[in-house]
Amino acid sequence: MTNTPKNSGFARVGIVAAAWLLIVVVTNLVMAEQKQSTSKEDISSAAFLKVYKVLQHPRCMNCHPAGHIPLQGDNSVAHNMRVKGGKDGKGIPGMKCMTCHQTQNVTGKRTPPGAPNWHLPHPDMPLVFQGKTPAELAKQLKDPKTNGNKTLEQILHHVSHDPLVLWGWKPGEGRTAPSISHKEFVKQMKIWIDNGAVVPK
Amino acid sequence: MVQLKINQKKYEIEADKSMPLLWALRDKVGLNGTKFGCGVAQCGACTVHVDGEAVRSCVTPISAVEGKEITTIEGLSPDLSHPLQQAWIAEDVPQCGYCQSGQIMSAAVLLKHNDQPTDEDINDVMTGNICRCGTYNRIRRAIHQAAKTVRKQKEDNS
Repeated sequence: MTNTPKNSGFARVGIVAAAWLLIVVVTNLVMAEQKQSTSKEDISSAAFLKVYKVLQHPRCMNCHPAGHIPLQGDNSVAHNMRVKGGKDGKGIPGMKCMTCHQTQNVTGKRTPPGAPNWHLPHPDMPLVFQGKTPAELAKQLKDPKTNGNKTLEQILHHVSHDPLVLWGWKPGEGRTAPSISHKEFVKQMKIWIDNGAVVPK
Repeated sequence: MVQLKINQKKYEIEADKSMPLLWALRDKVGLNGTKFGCGVAQCGACTVHVDGEAVRSCVTPISAVEGKEITTIEGLSPDLSHPLQQAWIAEDVPQCGYCQSGQIMSAAVLLKHNDQPTDEDINDVMTGNICRCGTYNRIRRAIHQAAKTVRKQKEDNS
């Protein structure tokens, strides 16, 4: 068959149409990719803000103070008796955390709460919650140099299983628990990590 | 039945495992030197040693101390010869005396770890032991004096 002017015109239109289609498809794919990555960041950031609220609750923050004296109560005042974390975060000889804090809560109001291994973070790496913004806290949590040499998986394991963390949701009479359940807290922590452990802006 | 080792001696106690150690010491074993003050670990009168560390016996269930070494004021020395007991007598520390066994037991842990305590070191440990007679200055003097004795004993033995 000979290539008539009419056939040549059809071919040119076909090529242009195919090119246009290709451009549209590629553009949509790129936009979709960009949209997905933006929303992943948003998901991670939003999850961390829920985690942050829990970490700022007195049950968590009281043992992650800015100084070497733990906090106490729902109003997070400095622990009475001048209690100090000491060289290992477990108190000083004669005045250890375990001097008063046993492995379980004592019945009644204004009695010492208890859970296994009651302690503050090690003073060499205090992992401070008190006074930190969401961004500051997220950075601290992500960095092994400031989070107790932990990977994010280990952080997730810590908040999922450590009896001292779990105690926060069974704090005994006269003490409030965080506003979301432990299950939801762990879920949000996992979402934050799985979506890039984004530092909120 | 709960087995407790108190002052190097074994006791079998018929009691619920949630019973506070203080109750077991005073009512079951008859060691009355350890005192009930507040019942909520706020005053220190009930302080004993568990595996060498100070513990408030009023909030410690006996289930938590099974198999551990418990020492009360009666077991600190067999004949009041502990440097702290000697210093307490020399300085005439007690007024009413009620809190003193707890004070001595806390101070004993301090001296075991630090035989040259500063006033600050003493305050950090002893702040958990309340004395309503206000014998704090004499307590501090007695601890410094006992610390001297401990250091001298270490020198003599070295």
